[in-house]
Amino acid sequence: MRPDRRRSRSRDLALIATFAGLMAALGLVPALAPFGGAVPITAQSMGAMLAGAVLGPRLGAASITLFLGLVALGLPLLAGGRGGLGVFAGPSVGYLVGWVVGAFVVGLLTWATCRGRYRLAPGLLANLVGGIVVLYLIGIPGVAWRADLSLTAAATGALTFIPGDVVKAVLAALIARGVHAAYPGLLPRARETRVKEQTPA
Amino acid sequence: MSGSTLGLYRPGTTVLHRLPAGVKLGGLLAAGVGSIWTRDPLTTSALLAVGVTGLAVARVPAGVVLRQLRPLLVLAAVLAIFHVVVSGPERAYVVVGVLLALVLLATVVTLTTRTTALVDVVVRVAGPLRHVGLDVERLGLLLALGVRSVPVVIGLAEEVRDAQRARGLAASPTAFAVPLVVRSLRHADRVGEALAARGLDD
Repeated sequence: MRPDRRRSRSRDLALIATFAGLMAALGLVPALAPFGGAVPITAQSMGAMLAGAVLGPRLGAASITLFLGLVALGLPLLAGGRGGLGVFAGPSVGYLVGWVVGAFVVGLLTWATCRGRYRLAPGLLANLVGGIVVLYLIGIPGVAWRADLSLTAAATGALTFIPGDVVKAVLAALIARGVHAAYPGLLPRARETRVKEQTPA
Repeated sequence: MSGSTLGLYRPGTTVLHRLPAGVKLGGLLAAGVGSIWTRDPLTTSALLAVGVTGLAVARVPAGVVLRQLRPLLVLAAVLAIFHVVVSGPERAYVVVGVLLALVLLATVVTLTTRTTALVDVVVRVAGPLRHVGLDVERLGLLLALGVRSVPVVIGLAEEVRDAQRARGLAASPTAFAVPLVVRSLRHADRVGEALAARGLDD
C-alpha cells in the first residue's frame, strides 16, 4: 500500500482538476433538449453527483467549483458549447450553484454511509438527496429570481426534469459502484482501521 | 496557450479588447448589481443599448453571439409571453430586457478578454484572501491544471469509446463511464506524483 499518496495535497489538486475535465467531457455527451434547449438535460448534472460519490464532499465540491470557474473564464464547457460569464447572468445560475452544493451533499452522505465499500442503496439515496432535492432547492429559486416568476411557476417548470434526473441518479450510483470496485482507496476506511485517516507527517 | 484555441475569446484590437480585464469585470459587476433595482423601461433600454453598443464596438461576428445566446433567446420568448399575459407588456419588457442586457454584456467581456487575463484578475482579487488561509498561488496553478485537464480527459473518453467499439460492445452508459472515470483517476495519480516530485507538498 502507498498510504502517503492518499492524503497528499498534490494529489488533491490533481483530482480536483481532473474531475473538472471529466465534467467537460460529459458535456460532449449528446443532450436531450426540450423547450428549444433553454435548460438542456445533460450528462453534466450526473457529473456533479459522480464528483461527490467518487471524490467525497470536499474534493467533489471543489472540482465542480473549478469547472464552473473555467466556464466563467470563457471556456465553452457547458453542454451545447456554452460558457463565459453570460451563463451566470441567466436563469440557470441557481442550478449551476446547486451542482456545487449538491456534489458536497452527495459526498457527505456517501462518505457517512459507505465506509470501506460503496453500497448501492445508500449511494443512490445520497444521489437523490444531493443531486435532486438539494439541486432543485437552489435551482428553482434561481429561476424564479432571474426570470421573475413565482416559486410555484418555476417549480412546475422543473417537474419535467425529475424523471431524467432520477435516471441519472441511478446511473451515477451504478457508475460509482464500478469505480470504487476498480479503484479502491478513495472511500473512508471501515472503522477498525481508522488509523489511516491521519495525515502523514 | 491552450486557452486561445479552446476558449470563447475572439482576438481583436478594439477599445474593448485593449481595456484592462479588471475594468471590464468591474463594469460587468456594477451592471449586475445595478440591474437589481431596474424597474422602468427607460433604464432597461439604456442597459440594452450599452450591451448592443458593446457588441458593435468589439466587432464580434453576429453568428458567434447568436450561438451563445440561442438557448436563452428561446426562453426569453416564452418568458415574454408569460409576463405579457400575467403582468402586462411593460413588466415583460423590463424583465426580459434586463436579462438579455446582462447576458449580452457578460458575453462581450468573455469574447474580448483572454482567459489568461481573467485568471490574473482572479488571482489578484483573491490576494487579500491569503490572510484567511487561501493559498493564492495554488489557486492559479489549479486553474491552469483545470484548463489542461479538459483536452486530456476528452482524449481519454475517445480512447475508451474506441476500445469499446473494437471489442464490439453495445453502447451502455456504465460500460463507458466506469473505465473513463477510472482512467481519469489514474491520470490524476500521475499528475499528483509529478507535482509532488516538483516539491509542491513541501
